[in-house]
Amino acid sequence: MERYYQPEIECASPEEIRKLQDERLVKQVQNVWDNVPMYRKKMEEKGLTPADIKSVDDLHKLPFITKDDLRDEYPYGLLARPLSECVRIQSTSGTTGRRVVAFYTQHDIDLWEDCCARAIMAAGGTNEDVCHVSYGYGLFTGGPGLNGGSHKVGCLTLPMSSGNTDRQIQFMTDLGSTIICCTPSYAAYLAESIHERGVRDQIKLKAGIFGAEAWTEEMRHDIEEKLGIKAYDIYGLTEISGPGVSFECSAQTGMHVNEDHFIPEIINPKTGEVLPDGEKGELVFTSITKEAFPLMRYRTRDICVLTREKCPCGRTHVKMSKPLGRSDDMLIVKGVNVFPSQIETVLLNQGYPANYQIIVDRVNNSDTIEVQVEMTPEMFSDNLSQVTAREKELVAGLKAMLGIYAKVTLVNPKSITRSEGKAVRVIDKRNLYKN
Amino acid sequence: MTVKQISVFLENKPGKLAAFTKLLSNNNIDIRALSIAEASDFGIIRMIVEDVYNATTVLKDADYICSVTDVLAVEVKDEAGALADLITILGDNGVNVEYMYALTTHKQDVAYMIIRPNDQAKAIEALDKAGKRIVCAEKLF
Repeated sequence: MERYYQPEIECASPEEIRKLQDERLVKQVQNVWDNVPMYRKKMEEKGLTPADIKSVDDLHKLPFITKDDLRDEYPYGLLARPLSECVRIQSTSGTTGRRVVAFYTQHDIDLWEDCCARAIMAAGGTNEDVCHVSYGYGLFTGGPGLNGGSHKVGCLTLPMSSGNTDRQIQFMTDLGSTIICCTPSYAAYLAESIHERGVRDQIKLKAGIFGAEAWTEEMRHDIEEKLGIKAYDIYGLTEISGPGVSFECSAQTGMHVNEDHFIPEIINPKTGEVLPDGEKGELVFTSITKEAFPLMRYRTRDICVLTREKCPCGRTHVKMSKPLGRSDDMLIVKGVNVFPSQIETVLLNQGYPANYQIIVDRVNNSDTIEVQVEMTPEMFSDNLSQVTAREKELVAGLKAMLGIYAKVTLVNPKSITRSEGKAVRVIDKRNLYKN
Repeated sequence: MTVKQISVFLENKPGKLAAFTKLLSNNNIDIRALSIAEASDFGIIRMIVEDVYNATTVLKDADYICSVTDVLAVEVKDEAGALADLITILGDNGVNVEYMYALTTHKQDVAYMIIRPNDQAKAIEALDKAGKRIVCAEKLF
């Protein structure tokens, strides 16, 4: 039996949802016009006033905003409420070069947790469940989001956070966790570890809610089989709120976007033109209910498809595909956003040439990142410990910049493949986006 | 007093060492002594050849990273205890050996150790005083 957290909204008719969106959009446009100078300036540049936006039909007239805008306005530029009304900050993971901080009022936290609660109930969660949250807690939105959603559903919540697999499995067996929330790669690792310890028959899990990184259908089947659960995808981004912007239902054929809070659009990433449902393009979100940090037409850089076919689960909200790729060069490694430009910055700062290659792979269901750097005469010495010390310094510099460990490999000059004169910077062997 | 050693950066992958030795072979470069120091992903080859200029030119033309370092070639008797005797002199004089390796020679009853001390001047002084023979490059070939 399908369960809903807010059935009146989740299963509302498309007309009702549309009416709600129209009202909320108009209100939100007025709000950002009044309270966020950047939006007013951008709208004025296009000759727009709030009166030009009468319904969702006019949404396409509004200017886009991008991660660069967020960086330019860091930290307070996009705030639409006084700080005294804000109660929380969350931040994107580890990317010092392009850190994003998002602000929340209590209302914003509530709606975010509602979205996560919808996801947990779509995965079959009830107040009888023990919800084991192994996403990181802290600035990262994964832990706090699912934790809040779990409370709202009334699950017994285990705020495990990430890491310490022994302890995770111990709690899981001792306290009978029934729902696990973590990244899909950690789920796969947990599944392996549970089998290695021979405690599979002591595990009571029935469902998993896995997000924050791309994963394939093969990986889903593998996790489902090993843990004897049903694995659900969840999508979100700190800029828009966090996990729960969209979530999978029992049909497992795409993620329902919480359209009463976020209006999705698909655009041509080159021209900005809005594409019809069913076409592949860049996903853009407008948050119509957020108070503190409302983003209008925010370009996610994720390439997706939206579909509106009737879903057997009974939910009426539009479904988005798993991200099929990126319209920029951002990599997501171990759930952390990595830009090649950040790696280049570290290399140049430490005197290395910009001849490098980034190799991302998934070994035993865990992401690995390797940076190959061409050796230079200046870096070289007959003394091995001097060369390894430089290598270690580079590893430390990358760790500080990216927030995750990247292996460094020193290679011969001119050995990094160049295709047609242009260096291939990133080799992603994970094939996460094949569909 | 010192001998010139060539150090070469080499990736730690199958075939790399083979390609390197093949290059020397094709250019008729005779290796008198060689050692490899290895880290996880790369190694450093250290070697003594007769024509340092020619060898480094060949290597650089083939895009190898190399450097030239002054090291000591010290004569030791080919008998038990000779090396211990030599190293003890350095140790007693506060000289640390960063690395060393042996050198082949056509002379009978004698071997040479290639030594990279942390303090070259101090090492030479100590070895001289103890009557050890430090040889120059010409003596090795």
